[in-house]
Amino acid sequence: MRENIIELKNIKKVFDDTVVVDDFNLTVKKGEFVTFLGPSGCGKTTTLRMIAGFEFPTEGEILLNGKDISSLPPNLRPINTVFQRYALFPHLNVYDNVAFGLNLKKLPKSVISEKVKNVLEVVDLEGFEKRRISTLSGGQQQRIAIARAIVNEPDILLLDEPLGALDLKMRKEMQLELKSMHEQLGITFIYVTHDQEEALTMSDKVVVMSDGMIQQTGTPEEIYNEPKNAFVADFIGESNIFEGRMAASMTVEFCKTQFPCVDNVPKDTRVDVVVRPEDVIITAPEEGQIRGVVDSAVFKGMYYEITALCGDNEVVIQSTRDAVPGQEIGMKIDPDNIHVMPAGALMNVYDGVITKDGRAAFAGGEYECDLTQLCDGSRLSGECSVITAGGEEIDLAGTYVTVEVPVKAVSMSDEQKEYRASGNIISFIYKGNHYNYTVRTATEEDFVLDEDDLWNEGDHVSLVIPKEEIILKRK
Amino acid sequence: MKILRFSRKQLCIPYALFLICFVVLPLAVIVYYAFTDGSGRFTWDNLLGFFTNGNTIGTLCYSIAIAVAVTAVCLLIAYPAAYVLARSGLKKGPVLLMLFIMPMWINFTLRLTALKEILTILEGNLSLYPFLNTVIAMTYDFLPFMILPLYTTLLQLDESLIEAARDLGAGPAAVFFRITLPLSMPGIASGITMTFLPAMTNYVILDMIYNSTYIMGSLIGSYFNIYDWNNGSMISLILFAVICIVSLITDREEQNDAKNRGAVL
Repeated sequence: MRENIIELKNIKKVFDDTVVVDDFNLTVKKGEFVTFLGPSGCGKTTTLRMIAGFEFPTEGEILLNGKDISSLPPNLRPINTVFQRYALFPHLNVYDNVAFGLNLKKLPKSVISEKVKNVLEVVDLEGFEKRRISTLSGGQQQRIAIARAIVNEPDILLLDEPLGALDLKMRKEMQLELKSMHEQLGITFIYVTHDQEEALTMSDKVVVMSDGMIQQTGTPEEIYNEPKNAFVADFIGESNIFEGRMAASMTVEFCKTQFPCVDNVPKDTRVDVVVRPEDVIITAPEEGQIRGVVDSAVFKGMYYEITALCGDNEVVIQSTRDAVPGQEIGMKIDPDNIHVMPAGALMNVYDGVITKDGRAAFAGGEYECDLTQLCDGSRLSGECSVITAGGEEIDLAGTYVTVEVPVKAVSMSDEQKEYRASGNIISFIYKGNHYNYTVRTATEEDFVLDEDDLWNEGDHVSLVIPKEEIILKRK
Repeated sequence: MKILRFSRKQLCIPYALFLICFVVLPLAVIVYYAFTDGSGRFTWDNLLGFFTNGNTIGTLCYSIAIAVAVTAVCLLIAYPAAYVLARSGLKKGPVLLMLFIMPMWINFTLRLTALKEILTILEGNLSLYPFLNTVIAMTYDFLPFMILPLYTTLLQLDESLIEAARDLGAGPAAVFFRITLPLSMPGIASGITMTFLPAMTNYVILDMIYNSTYIMGSLIGSYFNIYDWNNGSMISLILFAVICIVSLITDREEQNDAKNRGAVL
């Protein structure tokens, strides 16, 4: 059993009232290759910068070899970083760049030159000592940046999207080189990327992040084969995601059909079902578990990507055999390949207050609502007052309420209205026959909603909620 | 209608004319006067005269001493100021910078008269400390020219380089001496050019504070006042040579940096 080199405990980071990283717990073992994977803005780089010492966690602690280093400045941590844009010193030549850390440690000149020579061999740039940084290509600068970090023999090497600026071919090459460097050096690598393929190729352990939180931690195989939720499934590789329901403990129902599965989830639980396109097997129409009609078939080199319509659900299939649009096919899915995971919330819940004109104010908007819900058997008497069953009139203005809005009830509009809450789409997932969107308002509250149409991430939308769908509860 | 089209050469004509009229010809006139005597005959006397006369050599040394002192004081004041303004993330940074720059908007005569009054109150007799007063007045006048280039350079300094240095084990002092200072050399170089050269010649400042000492500018002025164009021109030419040497030294820094910059982009 290898020992833990670094532990992050309950890390939370807040920038100007915005929570960027929350509830982050991770243990990395000595010599591991760990990758933080997530879309941009998910907090992965901030977490890396906290490990490096450029940011300090608002809460929580970082233990290196069992000692708390959370408040240590970067120059006192035995950790080195390969920066996204290399950050090589333009006024120094290759040798002085690589020797920078060693010079600061006041090592003897002969030791330094020996080490620099060796590390330049590791990165395959022997004889470049006297070259100016400006004469190097992007790939060479990348290697020097790596050499400059590893020559210090750090306990941990941090890599912040180091391959982002390279072209595809170079990137593939460097991926393999980094991997072999990791094996050769035995240094713990913590790697940040938004490229899922990069993460799966290189890592021993992948940490999938979204919105400042860890969504799943596991080996590449675990992440790919057993995604914990719809976000991970959608982010890692291609997937079909369906909304389903457990028909029995080992049987799940989706696309109006019951499928045996291997997950033991109580009957009637609402679930999301993930099926990888390569796990859908095409059969003769009468032999499949479900039937569908081929909508399109595209040749992708190694396989055909076939889209079939099964009722109103779209199923994406990767198959080595071609299919003709319009053709009726059957589809089979092995119980092992049906991944069942808890479904997202059905309700959006907010704290709100009743305004003077009888609306519910929450999440930065004001919506018309049915105030009689707040007092049983009452009827409306004025703009914001009701008469109870007992005949008593109550003014509800200023009443604090909990507002619940069903996911199915909210819709989006690009028309901005004064009273409506509005925000930007921060993520969406395709679920077979509709999209599941998350919209974040300026007040940092999220609306989860389903829509049939495709919108873009980042779109600014206002939220439409019908009066009768708003459920109010007194606090 | 025919559209007028100019070739690159034709477009150069106004600029070339300007250069010839206002740079090349005057310089030629200066050279001509410097190497002729009053009756227009070629002579080395002006040159030899300058270097054999103890007074003129003394003035040259004094001017250089003043210029070095002014430049050094400006740099010592401007660097920390520019550093704080550019790098400490002050929200009011540009406003503070404006406060440093604003004296330039006030007429120079007025500024110096005010300074003269203040110095008179402090020192009583201005003629007691001629060197000190010159340095104070020139520093006051040239400080913005030192701050501006430093501020611009420090503002453009890539934060990730500083982070990289800290990451490699550099404490605050090492970061400053190994990264920030070397990378702000071009700003320092242009700041020096902007203050060193005027400090050698701007004798109006001296006159304004009733300073009786001589710098190179005053020397040229005094020759020209007695219509001795030949000696005045020779001194101008010598000053020109001094300035060329200073520029060569500082330019090398700037060029080095330009090479690096170009590649980073």
